[in-house]
Amino acid sequence: MIEDQKMLDINLTDLNTLIQTCFDELYRLVQIGCTKTGEGYEVNYSFDKNYKFVNYKIKLKSNEEEIPSITGIYWNAFLYENELHDLFGLKIKGINVDFQGKLYKLAQPFPFSCGPEIKIVEKKEEKKNEQ
Amino acid sequence: MSNRTVVPFGPQHPVLPEPIHLDLVLEDELVVEAIPSIGFIHRGLEKLVEKKDFIEFVYVAERICGICSFIHGQTYCQGIEELMKIQVPDRALFLRTIWGEMSRIHSHTLWLGLMADAFGFESLFMHSWRIRERLLDIIEETTGGRVIFGSCKIGGVRRDINSEVLQRIQGELNQMEKEMKEIANVFIKDKSVKNRLVGIGVLSRSEALMLGAVGPMLRASGVSQDMRKLGYAAYKNVEFEPITSEDGDSYARCVVRIKEVFQSFDIIRQCIQKIPAGPVDIKVTGNPSGEFFSRTEQPRGEVVYYLKANGTKNLERMRVRTPTFSNIPSIVKVIPGSQLADIPVLLLTIDPCISCTER
Repeated sequence: MIEDQKMLDINLTDLNTLIQTCFDELYRLVQIGCTKTGEGYEVNYSFDKNYKFVNYKIKLKSNEEEIPSITGIYWNAFLYENELHDLFGLKIKGINVDFQGKLYKLAQPFPFSCGPEIKIVEKKEEKKNEQ
Repeated sequence: MSNRTVVPFGPQHPVLPEPIHLDLVLEDELVVEAIPSIGFIHRGLEKLVEKKDFIEFVYVAERICGICSFIHGQTYCQGIEELMKIQVPDRALFLRTIWGEMSRIHSHTLWLGLMADAFGFESLFMHSWRIRERLLDIIEETTGGRVIFGSCKIGGVRRDINSEVLQRIQGELNQMEKEMKEIANVFIKDKSVKNRLVGIGVLSRSEALMLGAVGPMLRASGVSQDMRKLGYAAYKNVEFEPITSEDGDSYARCVVRIKEVFQSFDIIRQCIQKIPAGPVDIKVTGNPSGEFFSRTEQPRGEVVYYLKANGTKNLERMRVRTPTFSNIPSIVKVIPGSQLADIPVLLLTIDPCISCTER
């Protein structure tokens, strides 16, 4: 084992309180990431203090559930939160620097996670219906 | 109040072939605000994990970045090995450490050259890259590649280095170290270098911690944190301490990188002396299961690979957080208060690698 990692599942309602505690205890924000799990999503918030690694995970039933932004606590979280929005279509409320879906400048609009092939099929079906 | 002007900076940088854009809000020549913009080269590499099996994906991980290619592959492999409880042979761990430190010297000398080019010191640029070129020859001899090493695999490494070659490499590195000292003297003592770097873009210790800075950016602000101290690969068998500086300015970040080049020479020397005999890989069977955050220290700082597996040959999720991604907020915070002319040099001091940031 390279390092012991603490992995904790938390409720969305407890998110801000826990993140505030991490900030007060001088934990460094390591990363925020998302995983698609069937219809739902898992969002990981990872922290480090003196090589002690802690990860908090929240589970969402769909990307319609709104997550409060943590940029009011960790200012630097804005890039991660914009990424979650662009790649997974997650709704994050109150990001301090909100790129409005344009952090990644791609030809197709956010989110990109459903894959271009699906979007092409959807467009073809739309055209068929119009005809 | 002076008139405010917005100057678009980038995505082309004067010396750096990496697309990052900044909207700089100026009052006369003074920058008062900077709004970053990335996203020009997003390739969706994380998504590829659904199509490539976990063994094939090593090739993709190595291609996320051209400079820290080897450490990307190593971080991914060691995450999978952790999930599969694979005990990698000691010799392979030492070889990974040697190649990892060669990557660090390669990256830092490349950065030193670019930095010298950015402030117009062409001969210093040439000398930095001359040393780097000799190191690339050693990398080519031992791995077969100059940029993508292709030598790391799940369960060990693909190639061994015999003891005669290791001894010769040791001799060549000693010679390079002597030449590096001459260049380091210029970077550290030359007045024209100091004029461009001292007091520019100061990041305090608390800011560095709370803005999530990593690598030389964090250590130059006085925080002694280096993921190699976790003891992965052969780092638990070598003696070294994270190199820090208290000043937090561009000069401090330059000095930290220079000292880390010498530290890497020393770590390689220790590895060559201590490397045990034995196999360099083991056979891997089965599929990974579980989740793990694999963390290593790249030349630019901490890289994090999140791996989630469900017992099939394809991972459920692979996410990479690169050091530049983590350092962008810090640079955005230190830019206000700087002169417009200092921005190209200041931006370089985080050693940005946008291609691996966007994946």
